[in-house]
Amino acid sequence: MLICDEKVKELEKIAKKLRFDIVTMIGSGKPGHLGGSCSIAEIIAVLYFHKMRHDPKNPEWPDRDRFLLSKGHAALTQYAALAELGYFAMEELDTLKELGTILQGHPEMLRVPGIEANTGSLGQGLSIACGVAMAGKLDKKDYHVYCILGDGEIAEGQVWEASMTAAYYKLDNLVAILDKNGIQATGPIVERYDTNPHPDKWKAFGWAVSEIDGHDVRQVADAIDKADQVKGKPVMIVANTVKGKGVPFAEGKADFHHGIMTQKQYETARKLFEE
Amino acid sequence: MNRQNCRTVYGQTLLELARQDERIVALDADLSKSTMTRLLQQEFPERFFEMGIGEQNMVSTAVGLALSGKIAFVNSFAVFAAGRPYDQIRVSVCIGKVNVKIIGSSCGISDFGDGATHQSIDDIAIMRAIPNMTVLSPADGIETKKMTKAAVEYEGPVYIRINRNEMPDVTDENEPFEIGKPYVILDGTDVTVFATGYMVYKALMAAEQLEKDGISLRVVNVSTLKPVDEDAVKKLADGVKGVVTVEEHSIIGGLASAITFILRSAPVPIEAVAIKDTFGQSALDYEQLLEHYGLTDTAIINAVKNVLK
Repeated sequence: MLICDEKVKELEKIAKKLRFDIVTMIGSGKPGHLGGSCSIAEIIAVLYFHKMRHDPKNPEWPDRDRFLLSKGHAALTQYAALAELGYFAMEELDTLKELGTILQGHPEMLRVPGIEANTGSLGQGLSIACGVAMAGKLDKKDYHVYCILGDGEIAEGQVWEASMTAAYYKLDNLVAILDKNGIQATGPIVERYDTNPHPDKWKAFGWAVSEIDGHDVRQVADAIDKADQVKGKPVMIVANTVKGKGVPFAEGKADFHHGIMTQKQYETARKLFEE
Repeated sequence: MNRQNCRTVYGQTLLELARQDERIVALDADLSKSTMTRLLQQEFPERFFEMGIGEQNMVSTAVGLALSGKIAFVNSFAVFAAGRPYDQIRVSVCIGKVNVKIIGSSCGISDFGDGATHQSIDDIAIMRAIPNMTVLSPADGIETKKMTKAAVEYEGPVYIRINRNEMPDVTDENEPFEIGKPYVILDGTDVTVFATGYMVYKALMAAEQLEKDGISLRVVNVSTLKPVDEDAVKKLADGVKGVVTVEEHSIIGGLASAITFILRSAPVPIEAVAIKDTFGQSALDYEQLLEHYGLTDTAIINAVKNVLK
């Protein structure tokens, strides 16, 4: 399914809107996971608004494609997408992290329609995705399972346990996307706990691997299309991204992994993404 | 007294249930010969998942299967089923009340030969501490069978700890099992003994001996360690002169903690027979190891006499 120019423009616009929602949700004077949420905006836009088979009116539709956000702290992007699609009311976005809200700091499946599993304790999402993919095979369903991981997160040993499961069980209905934004909470990954080289590691673990610019909507869409066609093995798409992408004062900054925007920064950011 | 191995009973029951309910799947981490999930594996190879020696991934993978409509049984030794993947059980299973069953085999010090690394003296404590988790501990093969069925019928996370060795039948085949209910195995008037797992049998042995001294024990099988029916426990402790708890587990966080907290306002002395905040070790014989840690009928008799002083 080649993506047309119009669709590309539309998805770029959606990614911009998701960033607007992210900034608005966080607001000023309060910390929020701005950086890692902005780095996956295009990927989320392509998955939810182009690739995935899903129904906001029927979140538990058995034949839906599944999405698991293993790096659960980036839930703001997913919350924004789900709200824009009508899984729940847009007004809910104003309640992020408030006592009693459905929108917890990390996603909870029993609170939010469209959230498949509880993630945020890092390293668990890919294993869950494997289980969903294994069930799909067992039930002879044709759904796909998509999972976003962070490049800091993959220091968790469980990720590599899961990578072996996916290869061993030939989970070609599973596509993982590595949000390679290069920065973890305390700074650049290469200076702290380098998890590179990414493509080589995943290849060695039995995965088909591609590498793309994670902010290029066309590349994201094409890579997922190709991944869906791969037979006999799971696919890892290494998406090169920028932490805080689109927000100039946050781009590439570890401080905005979970940073606080001043009122001025907040207004600047909102203006950037306003229609 | 008929004796059964609870692991074998569990494996056979899981297979029988799997024949009737195609949602049931089993995952194991290279211990299927010991946990007895190999019985299911032999008949339904496509519904058995060998997960390699990786318990954390096994638990989260079970979550994915359960989220897709399966009833996922996760199997390993109790130490590796409850301890190693604690965070996975907490986050990916329990916050979302996912329909995953964790089977902790070779619980307590029942894996007598393997030593402290393989003996679970804290699994009840950590599993009880997680919200939404149900914690079960069968007293014999009869109860193991009923509990496995109950775990399938119950929608949500369940932990079952299963002894490695043969145990005498002590429960009533005809009594239906209900999660949460403490069962009176022997009624008596002087002291109530709340016991769980293999220790129920030890309590019955103690009762038999104490009867000769004119002391009457009420032996209660607390086979659900969470949730515990507080009113039932209070009633069973009402009118007796003392209470004793008995478990093959640390004195911290297990049956002793549960019962003493429920009876905190009751006007009865309480004694606990349990492993006293120490790790296990190897022994060539299970009974010898139990004796070393004071988990014997004699220890129960002494505790009873203490509360009667």
